[in-house]
Amino acid sequence: MSRPLLEIVNLSKSFPVRNAFGFTKTEVRAVKNVSFTIGRGEVYGLAGESGSGKSTVARMIMGLTEPTSGEILLDGENIAGGKHSHGRKVQMVFQNPGSSLNPRRTIGQSIAVPLAAHGQPSADRRRRIAELLDMVQLPAAYAQRYPHELSGGQKQRVAIARALAVMPKLLVLDEPTSALDVSVQARVIDLLVDLGRQLDLTFLFISHDLSLMRNFAQKIGVLYLGEIVETGDTAAVFENPRHDYTRLLLASVPVVSAEEEAMRPAIPLIDGEMPTAEQLLALRLQGQQQNQN
Amino acid sequence: MSDPLLSVRDLWVSFTTYSQTSQVLKGVDLDVPARSQIALVGESGSGKSVTMKAIMGLLRTPPARISRGQIFYDGRDLLAMSERDRVALRGTAMSMIFQDPMTSLNPVFTVGDQLGTILKYADRRLKRPRGRAERIARVHEVLGQVRMRDPERVARSYPIQLSGGMRQRVLIAMALLSEPKLLIADEPGTALDVTTQAQILKLLKDLVVERGLALLMITHNLGVVRETCSHVYVMNQGVVVEQGSTADLFAAPREEYTRSLIAAVPRLTGGTRYGTREAAR
Amino acid sequence: MATLSDHSAAPERLSNAYQNWYRFSRNPSAVIGTVIVIVCLLAAIFAPLITPYPEHVGAVVNFRARHLPPSAEYWFGTDNVGRDIFTRVIFGFRISLLLALVVLGTAVPIGTVLGLLAGYHGGWVEVVIMRFTDIALSIPALVLALAIAAVLSPDLTTSMLAVAALWWTWHARLIYSITRQLRVQEFVEAAETLGASKFHILFREILPNCVSALAVKTSLDAGFVILVGASLSFLGLGIQPPTPDLGTMVASGAAFLPDYWWESVLPGCAILLVSLGFNLLGDGLRDMFDVEDVR
Repeated sequence: MSRPLLEIVNLSKSFPVRNAFGFTKTEVRAVKNVSFTIGRGEVYGLAGESGSGKSTVARMIMGLTEPTSGEILLDGENIAGGKHSHGRKVQMVFQNPGSSLNPRRTIGQSIAVPLAAHGQPSADRRRRIAELLDMVQLPAAYAQRYPHELSGGQKQRVAIARALAVMPKLLVLDEPTSALDVSVQARVIDLLVDLGRQLDLTFLFISHDLSLMRNFAQKIGVLYLGEIVETGDTAAVFENPRHDYTRLLLASVPVVSAEEEAMRPAIPLIDGEMPTAEQLLALRLQGQQQNQN
Repeated sequence: MSDPLLSVRDLWVSFTTYSQTSQVLKGVDLDVPARSQIALVGESGSGKSVTMKAIMGLLRTPPARISRGQIFYDGRDLLAMSERDRVALRGTAMSMIFQDPMTSLNPVFTVGDQLGTILKYADRRLKRPRGRAERIARVHEVLGQVRMRDPERVARSYPIQLSGGMRQRVLIAMALLSEPKLLIADEPGTALDVTTQAQILKLLKDLVVERGLALLMITHNLGVVRETCSHVYVMNQGVVVEQGSTADLFAAPREEYTRSLIAAVPRLTGGTRYGTREAAR
Repeated sequence: MATLSDHSAAPERLSNAYQNWYRFSRNPSAVIGTVIVIVCLLAAIFAPLITPYPEHVGAVVNFRARHLPPSAEYWFGTDNVGRDIFTRVIFGFRISLLLALVVLGTAVPIGTVLGLLAGYHGGWVEVVIMRFTDIALSIPALVLALAIAAVLSPDLTTSMLAVAALWWTWHARLIYSITRQLRVQEFVEAAETLGASKFHILFREILPNCVSALAVKTSLDAGFVILVGASLSFLGLGIQPPTPDLGTMVASGAAFLPDYWWESVLPGCAILLVSLGFNLLGDGLRDMFDVEDVR
């Protein structure tokens, strides 16, 4: 059994809240003992809403934030806390295509950044940039354009090309398509799937879009307030969600067909309203306590 | 059959930048009957936002130009009205619920202050003066209508102290202050988490039905349309490509564009295939 | 699927340069400012060729032509020793523009580099640089100039030294605040994860985004530097006679107000004109860049 490409072991991150004198009043625990593994060639989905800690997990994997504790094993090697030394093996595609590209640099210059950083001689760069643009189905002439001249979908393709420039093994996708129209999203995901097969890539796909996750990720972990509350094969989790939060998430997704509506779990209304996650979990806790009495 | 509350007829809008002119809307027709929930759906660049701005009178007319068309509200053509009359209608007869609750509220004033100010100016436009105490009472009343548990506390809070969902409710409350007959919702819930969005959409639907309001929702999210609205207009590149009842449209879309749009939405049941080659993994 | 497009037809590509030019040329104050600045620059460069009495720059005395009002022979009239004021004003531009060039030529690079370093690194680097900047900001330029003049002899070099020594602080502050905002932008984080060096991030990612603010500030500053230089020479701290300098001319002409008003007022108008030109240019640039940022 081959070793998984990425192993996250008890990863935690706390942010101190300081008072006016600089002394730590309390802590915000953004990520609490998160563990999961991603096998080679897999697509692993990390589902969660804002405040779930999913972006913090991504940032820790990328070396942008230092974990408070825990290990991040990439191909067996612990990269937690090491700043960007693993740049060649794992790269990230950011959420907002508008802001992940420098507005004052051309597309070609932006793609050249990783090439220059990893020592590719400048004579070769033009060729490599053209190669990369072709890989994401953009014409080579776009290298001269500026980000504002491209549509959202095109910008995201450029971001993908840039991330793949140094041939990483793992690609972290942080909400790569949430800023895009649904048809553009389909094309970008098509591209990612094709590239994944071509280049033998492994994906960590972070999103709140459950419908997309169902069709793109094979395994999934649901994050709520910094903890993984449910995990497993995507199909199994979706068809038979066990944790209340997962059930609430699935019930909240707006769907376009009757079949999808039928598979959504039923959530009790509180005061005629859809409950928040806290309310639902509190209700469950109440129910459990009552059962104990 | 009574006339629709809002009626857009043959609307043509062009934009001019750097001495290049492009037609953004090419003959848009749209009807919003009273007490109905209508969705205007399209991708970016389809013209749905421009249509909404034209209805609300928020189009900046140097770069934009309304070259043809009429917008009837309650039988009166908004485009033929004087600026003053038009402004009087805004916020009173028709109200807009803005998209982004994070940036649509002024961070340095309390929620109560902001709602109170809006109410004050609306009253002035309608020539219906109200004392301060009455205003505060009305603000609390409206906050209660959007199902805030503690309206007084919310009114005293600054926007930054409220969660995203609560801020969105405040925006809805803002729209309801002067008892409009038509609510125009701009991408409701897009800036919110999916669970919060579900709450807000349910609230919106309930409110609209309870108070007998008309709702015009502008969105790119087909799922939201299907769950909230009874009638849909699909726009692409400045024209209405297809329209019909929600049930009909989703069950049997007539136009190729609508079909491919619906097909592009990933399904919760699985079964949406991505990638150009079907290789078993 | 021909119907669902990836919006691959990007809007007809009007090059950046054309768009900027279009906006700039539609702005009347920008155009006027640019014209003024160019005229002054050309006049200063070609002074010996275009002035009627280039020799009046030196120690020339012509008592018969003293205090003559503006006329066809002497466009701006003559001063108390009979020299043509117009000629001396044009040559005076040279000093003023040279001052602006030297001061900004040192202040802008120094201030920019310090601001970039402080804004990006944070920590003790930021503290050291910014507190040093604060200290420098608290010293008034005129007082420093007086002090330097007291130690060394008062002339052009010392006044340039005094102004340059303090001018970088404003640029450091400006670039520092922009860098701090840009540091957390996604494209900077992307560059970090892609392995870019610090040098690359500071000068190839962050600096290009500061260019618009820098261009606006530098052109507005040029006007201010000229005014400060003129004030210093008005107080006698600038270049010494007989070399013509606008501030000195205003000072020496002031003794003859209001009878021989042209000796003080016209050089004063020249100062006004050149700093106005830079101000309008700076405003025009700001308007041009503002629209770009809004996009």
